Amino acid sequence: MSTPAVSSGDLGAQRIAFAVMVALLLLAPLVVYPVFMMKVMCFALFACAFNLLIGFGGLLSFGHAMFLGSAGYASAHAAKIWGFTPELAILFGTVVALAIGVLAGLLAIRRQGIYFAMITLALAQMIFFVALQAKFTGGEDGIQSVPRGRLFGVIDLAQPMAMYSLVTFVFLAGFVLVWRVVHSPFGQVLKAIRENEPRAISLGYDADRYKLVAFVISGGVAGLAGATKALVFQLASLTDVHWTMSGEVVLMTLLGGLGTIFGPVVGAAIIITMQNYLAQLGAWVTVVQGVIFVICVLAFRRGVIGELGNWLKKPL
Amino acid sequence: MEIFGVPTQALYGQLLIGLINGSFYALLSLGLAVIFGLLNIINFTHGAQYMMGAFVAYLMLNKLGLGYWWALLLAPLVVGATGVAIERLMLSRLYKLDHLYGLLLTFGLALIIQGLFRNEYGSSGQPYQMPSELTGAQNVGFMFLPYYRGWIIVTSLVICLATWYVIERTKLGSYLRAATENPKLVQAFGINVPLMITLTYGFGVALAAFAGVMAAPIYQVSPQMGADLIIVVFAVVVIGGMGSIMGAIVTGFGLGLIEGLTKVFYPEASNIVIFVIMVIVLLIKPAGLFGVQK
Repeated sequence: MSTPAVSSGDLGAQRIAFAVMVALLLLAPLVVYPVFMMKVMCFALFACAFNLLIGFGGLLSFGHAMFLGSAGYASAHAAKIWGFTPELAILFGTVVALAIGVLAGLLAIRRQGIYFAMITLALAQMIFFVALQAKFTGGEDGIQSVPRGRLFGVIDLAQPMAMYSLVTFVFLAGFVLVWRVVHSPFGQVLKAIRENEPRAISLGYDADRYKLVAFVISGGVAGLAGATKALVFQLASLTDVHWTMSGEVVLMTLLGGLGTIFGPVVGAAIIITMQNYLAQLGAWVTVVQGVIFVICVLAFRRGVIGELGNWLKKPL
Repeated sequence: MEIFGVPTQALYGQLLIGLINGSFYALLSLGLAVIFGLLNIINFTHGAQYMMGAFVAYLMLNKLGLGYWWALLLAPLVVGATGVAIERLMLSRLYKLDHLYGLLLTFGLALIIQGLFRNEYGSSGQPYQMPSELTGAQNVGFMFLPYYRGWIIVTSLVICLATWYVIERTKLGSYLRAATENPKLVQAFGINVPLMITLTYGFGVALAAFAGVMAAPIYQVSPQMGADLIIVVFAVVVIGGMGSIMGAIVTGFGLGLIEGLTKVFYPEASNIVIFVIMVIVLLIKPAGLFGVQK
């Protein structure tokens, strides 16, 4: 999937956009529910992780729920059963996602394009069935009433604003990491592989290794989002490992703009807001999401931020 | 009698269920392979179209009083026609783009279709009457074989082999294979390639609907019946490799059997055995058992 190349000298607009985003996140709790904002941030980070693969590596993963869900289970289990402090629980969840990323990545990068999508989907479905049957995940019930605990053993995260600050910090850290990766030499090579893999290989780059590292980073950041989300909602459940979740993150990224820096954040915010307002309409949510998918693919392939960036002539 | 501590009755029973599942894997992966061959698109809507086939049969019986045999004939035509519309109106706009957009579009369509049906009929399944000609069972010596189950296996084998024959051995099939290799050249010879693409998609969709009608009497007719199935079929396709029609058929039946055996000897793993096999095949032969690495 080709996206406009981002020249690394054109960072000014992105810095301004970043400042605006940080300001909005700091002011948001005055206007909207903190839990809602925390949900948006978790999904935004999840979408940023996904976008690193598809937008900059050209790899469509249709199984990213495996990272979100497994990390959620891992951090919930660590916090509830082992009594880990929240920062360690989140760290543990992220490490689990990284490990799954290595294993799944080694398999998935053996095929390209459509096969890559099908393989990631199948691997995620396998993890879904494991989560359904394993003892420690609680099956259909999931892991409920996970304690948020005290950050570093000191700050009580049951306080909404304390939790909000932690989630904001995690989100911004993950976001900046992805942003840095995209603009790093590593990110440039990744884009070169996306555009023309044989050429990148002929220039001496080990394409498979770059793809694997990108996959593992993406899985780890998605895991960071999932581990944090489990603490926010004090719940790890099958919803987060199901294929519908993998589809949702594709939708968020597509709607916001594939291969843009801020698109996944905007896409996640729109989709979560929509789900919030349409929640009582049941299956219509699925229909609306399907319609957005179709419209985006047929007529709106740049997405919200892609169109905005195109209009401003600045890559966002 | 027992084999490895398992009563033979149970073993044959599970093998039969495995063969039935395999019939559906084969029919569905065959449809996917036919569509992929010409359109280079993975049809994510396939599971929803399988479900539509079952629902058309259900509605024909309850609203029009038309029974199973009419459904077997008409449901694939009706659902295939919707497929033709989808190809003409939407998919045909995407051929110049990255093939992944086709996957995304068909995924969106699957969400729409499944959501609409769930709104109308809820998530619970509706029963569908087995045709009276096929009720009952026959003692075949080592086990009881319900007629309908035998019918599924034989019919899907016949349909699969007929499709293989048409594509690999007839003139029409040779056009199709040529268009897969080089559509521009085939077009230059005066063959209407866009029409062929449209009909191919319609045919693949009709195969899915046909499988849906056959599934209606033994599984419940429900809006989600194709959603999880299609992911397993994707794994089947990865294992078989997309290159060969016969590969899709053999892999479909074979994996159904293996799944049935797993249910006998290690039931906990029966949900994931196909995915595990996919992992092993990817490690040993990434292009798939019958595929050719391009």
